[in-house]
Amino acid sequence: MNTSDVLIIGAGVVGCAAAYYLRKNGVSVTVLESDMIGNGGSSRNGGGVRISGRDPRELGICAYGVKNIWPTLSEELGIDVEYRQKGYLVCGYDDSHKRLIKDRINTAAKFGIKMELKEEEEIRSLYPYVSEHVTCAGWTPSDGVANPLKTTLGYYIRARENGARFITGEKVLCIEKIKGRARKVITESGNVYEAESIILACGYGGRKILNSVGIEVLMQKKLEEVIVTEPAPRLFDHMIGGMSGFYGQQTEHGSFVLGSSCGRETYLFNKSNTVSTYSAPSFICDSIGVDIPALKKLKVIRTWSGWIDRSYDAVPIIGNIEEVPGLFVSIASSGHGFGPGPAVGFILSELAQGRPSPVDISKLHYDRFDYVKYQDRYFVSDVGGSFS
Amino acid sequence: MSKIIDRSADIGEFVPEKDDDILVCRCEEITKGEIRKAVHMGLYTMTEVKRFLRPTMGLCQGQICGENVRRIIAKELKEPIEALKETTARPPVRPIEMEVFGNEVEKL
Repeated sequence: MNTSDVLIIGAGVVGCAAAYYLRKNGVSVTVLESDMIGNGGSSRNGGGVRISGRDPRELGICAYGVKNIWPTLSEELGIDVEYRQKGYLVCGYDDSHKRLIKDRINTAAKFGIKMELKEEEEIRSLYPYVSEHVTCAGWTPSDGVANPLKTTLGYYIRARENGARFITGEKVLCIEKIKGRARKVITESGNVYEAESIILACGYGGRKILNSVGIEVLMQKKLEEVIVTEPAPRLFDHMIGGMSGFYGQQTEHGSFVLGSSCGRETYLFNKSNTVSTYSAPSFICDSIGVDIPALKKLKVIRTWSGWIDRSYDAVPIIGNIEEVPGLFVSIASSGHGFGPGPAVGFILSELAQGRPSPVDISKLHYDRFDYVKYQDRYFVSDVGGSFS
Repeated sequence: MSKIIDRSADIGEFVPEKDDDILVCRCEEITKGEIRKAVHMGLYTMTEVKRFLRPTMGLCQGQICGENVRRIIAKELKEPIEALKETTARPPVRPIEMEVFGNEVEKL
């Protein structure tokens, strides 16, 4: 009984959402997960649902989700995913940041997204909790936040309830073709699964699985760390980020979830399990204390970390692979894959049913890299691009 | 390596118990019944129950209720408690003010 219409590798937000939408159309689905439900980037992120500051290539997907999925998701799943569209404030500290914010405003305008520059005076009156260190800011009212844990598990709970078969602890080793088409999946335990179409929606581990059908994707792993505070009275509703690299939100629960990455360990951390490093949480606390002094006296109760599966241009790889008909992928979300996650899941479910994507994803194709050119960029980080 | 779990396997119906309204996680105010119901929604690991309902996610970080949450989930799955993996212990051991945590930067 290891045969289904569609087989999904990876039970993160994308895999669970794809399973949910496929079941809605009565398609039989099996989901294979090497670990447990949503234990990768799907649970380990700041919960940002953002259109601003996106690369134009992925903007369509993000906008599709914000317009068509997020506003009604809690109602649809019958589980409160805590989505609220209360804007995103990006804090800048000098003229170079102001220029960067202006660039983003111009890009956003081209796609009809409203984003404004806030000058010092306005910042003092509108966002009094931000310190004087912040001299300019970008404000995007259409951005928002959600609860990544409840979103991912919410999709899983409803997909399972509607008959999707989930198997956790089942690590996929390779995909095999039959008559040129992706058809079989073989796992570490020796089990074989078969399907008409295969959706691969994993983190870094997906790279090796793609290698098994002769496909390479240019990506690397990077450690990202987060601190969580005790709950506090409501200070602000919007998502916040800084040009110093941090981002975060005050959750519905009242705790602040604030993340960043720093130091060499970001790239050189080589443990298989993600744990907090010695230095990063302290650096996050220090830099947040400078930007939002009101948080200084709040207690940190938990720190955690996760992988950013970063493609070489920090834009996700989404879509079909011509060389392997029947295979559809979402990989290398590059640290900003939660917001578009539900939309990506929906799009992959459409592709797997032989229907076209509702938005243009052609520029997210896996084969877009100039391999020789990108070799030099292997260890170069994107400037101010680590907002989640 | 995690053990293989078929999430569609039958673990039986949710049967209400007399003490379902007892508070198990005091920090986040989660009851025994809520935890048991979550297992029947398909959350078969301690981490998943934690992420969905928040038991062991409060001020004490599960240092008080962690073992009880684990025992309740294991019992619901009809498994020995040792078979259920604990959640990851996360630093700091005691809550620390951000300012104090941030002061460490000078020593790094």
